[in-house]
Amino acid sequence: MSTPAIKLDGLTKDYAVGFWRPRPYRALDQVSLEVASGEVLGYLGPNGAGKTTTLKLLMQLIYPTAGTAEILGRPAGDVGARRRLGYLPELPYFYDNLSAEELLVYFGGLFSLSAADARRRAATLLDRVGLGAARHQRLRRYSKGMLQRVGIAQALVNDPEVVFLDEPMSGLDPVGRRDTRELIRQLGAEGRTVFFSSHILSDAEALCDRVAIMAQGKLIATGRIADLAFEVLGWEVVVSGGSLDGMRALGFDEAAREVDGRLVIELTIDQPPERVLPELARQGAQVVALTPRHESLEDYFMRMVSQPGDAD
Amino acid sequence: MAIITRIAVHAFKESIRDKVLYTLVLFAVLLMGALYLIGQLTAGQDVKIIKDLGLAATQIVGLFIAVFIGIGLVSKEVERRSIYSLLSKPIRRHELILGKYAGLVLTLAVNVAVMAVALYLVLGYMSWIESEEFKATWVRPAADPAMWSALFLVFVQLALVTAIALFFSTFSSPSLSAVLTFGLYVVGHFNADLRNFESVVDSSVAVYLARALYYVLPNLAPFDVKAAVVHGEPVSLGYVAMTTWYGAAYVAALLLASVFIFSRRDFK
Ligand SMILES: Nc1ncnc2c1ncn2[C@@H]1O[C@H](COP(=O)(O)OP(=O)(O)OP(=O)(O)O)[C@@H](O)[C@H]1O
Ligand SMILES: [Mg+2]
Repeated sequence: MSTPAIKLDGLTKDYAVGFWRPRPYRALDQVSLEVASGEVLGYLGPNGAGKTTTLKLLMQLIYPTAGTAEILGRPAGDVGARRRLGYLPELPYFYDNLSAEELLVYFGGLFSLSAADARRRAATLLDRVGLGAARHQRLRRYSKGMLQRVGIAQALVNDPEVVFLDEPMSGLDPVGRRDTRELIRQLGAEGRTVFFSSHILSDAEALCDRVAIMAQGKLIATGRIADLAFEVLGWEVVVSGGSLDGMRALGFDEAAREVDGRLVIELTIDQPPERVLPELARQGAQVVALTPRHESLEDYFMRMVSQPGDAD
Repeated sequence: MAIITRIAVHAFKESIRDKVLYTLVLFAVLLMGALYLIGQLTAGQDVKIIKDLGLAATQIVGLFIAVFIGIGLVSKEVERRSIYSLLSKPIRRHELILGKYAGLVLTLAVNVAVMAVALYLVLGYMSWIESEEFKATWVRPAADPAMWSALFLVFVQLALVTAIALFFSTFSSPSLSAVLTFGLYVVGHFNADLRNFESVVDSSVAVYLARALYYVLPNLAPFDVKAAVVHGEPVSLGYVAMTTWYGAAYVAALLLASVFIFSRRDFK
């Protein structure tokens, strides 16, 4: 196998919290993950899951407590690797007194682009993120969504092979979200590796080859969306006949409810229909319908998030 | 080196667009103009007062520029999070520090030059309008070229103060950095007293401590040759060179320490 574009190995980060007696707080716990070259990976998790922490470790804005992060086969922070990556920080902010164009020319210069090349590149990128008209305006007067777009443009100034985007959709209006989604799709189609964090599942669902799901600093699942989303969570049985009390006697308290004169029973994964159906029959209930309950990405996400321990 | 230059140019651009800077320089230039009026009020007094006040104004205004812009350039990057995108570019942290410092020194040089020109203009004007008999009472001519040594040492001192500000801002908050820098500036002027500490107390621990502080803390008094220049006492080139050398060595040590701290820091 070729070198992965991104490789995390046992990546762990403790923050010191508390002023008088600092205690370590584990924001990231033993995260190991590989992203293949050309892959679009959604890095999903709720607030505080450790997404930003992971990205900052990859950019070496912070140093790991343990473990390593590699980009294009080189350790995080390597200048050679940085030449080939782009990064959109969370809620980006730049220099008040510069215009978007000046910012991109400055950043382009840090990649040794000539002023003329950098200006050309800036014009293309600012058009691409829909800021062509505002490019001479000072960033002080930019709105949050406009800054987010500048942030995306500056992440692409060096035509990067690997693009890291921390919450690329945040602060954007519906049009901006759609444009950004389209942009990420294009980046993927151009063969770039994209690593983006989000808690917006529909974005991930539409864009990603694979997702990694984080909760409370731990990586709780990775896989193709299809494989994760359609895992069978349980079954729904609809029966006629039988009584709610009878069902309670079988142990279905919460899981059983009455809908239009019929009983609907939610079976969990530990209650396979083969075992449960005969018991229902003994209660005098006839099965009207049996449907497997497929988990949506959203459900999956919510379940994992609320009980991260259950995933192991 | 190319990276450091680009960062320096950016820092320079960023700082000269800062409103605070405009205000300070404008204030300084107005002050130079006001000196002329003061000179008129104290007619009969010679041009010394104006030189003295003009040099002092350059130093004080320069100090504010050095401290506020010096602290701002790095800590603003951190506080406003622009450092996140900047450090993801192919630059090393020491290049950031050195580039910022170079940009600041350039800013300072330009500002000291502007104030110096304003001072010379005021003095030149006085020289032009005053009678020859009156001018004969002056120790030195109004637009005295020897003032350059004082202005140059003011600049070196400010470059040192900027390095102090930058150093503090690599690990503490902007306001704390400002307090610490001003504190060190004041202490730096009385540093020489620490050397003679043994004549005041006879606890040997205290004396050693004072000695240690004397060597560690910056000694800023030697940079101040206003009085000598104003009174027409010669300031030798050797003295200027030695003092500049001391300033440069101190700056180098501060930058080294800043790089050391900054390179290990977490930007969370
Ligand atoms: N500077 C810090 N000091 C202490 N704890 C921190 C710091 N930064 C983050 N944390 C903690 O680390 C954990 C992970 O934070 P992180 O910012 O990585 O989450 P996230 O997944 O990016 O969340 P969000 O969706 O809100 O952006 C959180 O519990 C947070 O409280
Ligand atoms: Mg985050």
